[in-house]
Amino acid sequence: MTTVKAPNRSTVEARARARRQVPPLSRLGAYLLIALGAVLTVAPFYFMFVFATHTRTEIFQLPPPTWFGSHLDENYRNLLDRVPFWRNLWNSLYLAVLTTGTTLFFCTLAGYAFAMYTFKGREVLFGLVLATLLIPSTLNIVPFALIMQALGWIDQPRALWVPGMASAFGIFLMRQYIGSSIARELVEAARIDGATEFGIFLRVILPLTGPALATLGLVTFVQSWNAFLGPLIIFRSAETYTAPLALRTLQSVANTDWGALMCGVALTVVPLLILFALASRQLIEGLTAGATKG
Amino acid sequence: MFWNQSKLVCEVRMLASSPSTPARRSSWAEFQRRYAPYIFISPFFILFFVFGLFPILFNAYLSFQAWQPGSGLGEMKFVGLRNYTDNLTDPTFWQSLKNTAVLAAESGLPQHLIAIPLAFAVAGVLRRMQHLVTAVYFLPYITSTVAISVIFFTLFSWQYGVINAVLNGLHHLPLVGDLFPADKINWLGEKAYVQPAIALVVIWRYTGWNTLLYLSGIQAIPKELYEAAAVDGATGGQSFRYITLPLLRPIMFVAVTLSLIGGLQLFEEPFILTNGTGGAGQAGLTTIMYMYRTYTSYSDAGVAAAMSWLLFLVIGALTLLNSRLFGRSGLAGRD
Repeated sequence: MTTVKAPNRSTVEARARARRQVPPLSRLGAYLLIALGAVLTVAPFYFMFVFATHTRTEIFQLPPPTWFGSHLDENYRNLLDRVPFWRNLWNSLYLAVLTTGTTLFFCTLAGYAFAMYTFKGREVLFGLVLATLLIPSTLNIVPFALIMQALGWIDQPRALWVPGMASAFGIFLMRQYIGSSIARELVEAARIDGATEFGIFLRVILPLTGPALATLGLVTFVQSWNAFLGPLIIFRSAETYTAPLALRTLQSVANTDWGALMCGVALTVVPLLILFALASRQLIEGLTAGATKG
Repeated sequence: MFWNQSKLVCEVRMLASSPSTPARRSSWAEFQRRYAPYIFISPFFILFFVFGLFPILFNAYLSFQAWQPGSGLGEMKFVGLRNYTDNLTDPTFWQSLKNTAVLAAESGLPQHLIAIPLAFAVAGVLRRMQHLVTAVYFLPYITSTVAISVIFFTLFSWQYGVINAVLNGLHHLPLVGDLFPADKINWLGEKAYVQPAIALVVIWRYTGWNTLLYLSGIQAIPKELYEAAAVDGATGGQSFRYITLPLLRPIMFVAVTLSLIGGLQLFEEPFILTNGTGGAGQAGLTTIMYMYRTYTSYSDAGVAAAMSWLLFLVIGALTLLNSRLFGRSGLAGRD
């Protein structure tokens, strides 16, 4: 490594020593550990694709199949015979898009208010928003089910997306982003030009929140797409099931057709894998931001 | 991206107190400016009151009532603490609580014991490959738990499963072979192995997530500190002990707390892996699963509500204990 600027000698030596703290043997160990972790992480996904191309009897034979078979189309047809899977995927998509769209709008609105306005009770109210994050949500499944029954929202997607329209995490994320990256002078300028408060939000703030919107949108979409317990309580028929629920029905019957089931699993997982391949940086940033920056 | 908040608050206050131009503002402009923030934050609070707070209060009320949900609200009957005593005298409830605690520990601890060295390995040797590797580690976290559990259900198969085949292969290796079992393990069919099987899936899902948390913690430590320590002649072990560990402690606390709270609410993994039954000897029956069963199969809403409050107490107590041991007042005092 050659440096043009030639920093002072002690720093160079210290850096070299710091680098030498990873001796070759530990280096090798580190690489092995990282590789082992990666192989163990990827292996189940690999077997998901392999099993999706085998029949039930082929999956359960000795030794288990480790390479792709030739029964993908048969599995796919069996899957569609048993459940309306494209309908189920559509239900998942519908729910995820509505939840994400509304969450983006309402969280940005609230995050903007918390970041850019001074108003009475602001600190207390924001503390209240953060405090709601501490409530373990799974404990509420019984009253949640009863309320939805009373509202007549059983078997209706709105039972899930209406309560999910705004999240404390989203408000937190948007407040941080708007507060740190948008100048208040912009808002003042728009106000002097006679814009209404909502107009400022819509035309000045919203267009500037792109990166944070992408992050929050991805996080919300993934959570909604993968949700199981909520949909399990709300949806009661094969037509309204989301994809994870459809997979569960395939598994719960006697003589499960494992080939067809694996085909369904792959169809559920692949859209998210594609999404992740396109935007892994933003997704990771968003999901870890809540834990590390909070 | 995330700035110093106190500085920001100061700026906001300064701007707010600066004189405005009253002549230009109509009363409508003043009015909408004053109330706009309240309107902007109201959707969250309305949703929270209706779908967050109200259910909690209703749940508390319900826990003192005997009620079969099929029969309409009029049929509720006040029974005092009976739902609570019913739970506390129910051996299955205690078993579910024990299962939950064991699963939380079995699935929680290894995640961190693997994630911390892994994060150090990634931070230590990877440069350009780092994003690719962390993205791979992150994959399980963004995958549906149902999908994961279904995949592992087949991998865990007793006679024909991949996991047993691999273990069997490892058993025939020279030298290290004896570390691995000679016989096939009936993962999901034998009481002793149901919990380890569930724990393995949870570990597989969350270790990568924790690795990323620790990695972001490690990389937030200023390099200058190590350089200064090296200049002062500190050994690698000393830098680790006096720089890395104390500075990593806050993120460790967050990560452990998240695993603890998540582990005590396990539902999807045990539900799918035991096919909704709780598995051999009910070893995979977690408290959330039992609550779900009490409500849906036994339609006993009052008992299920009381159960959720009891679990809430357990989660609260353990979280508090964890913050005493691990939080700001805990390990920090000894450093």
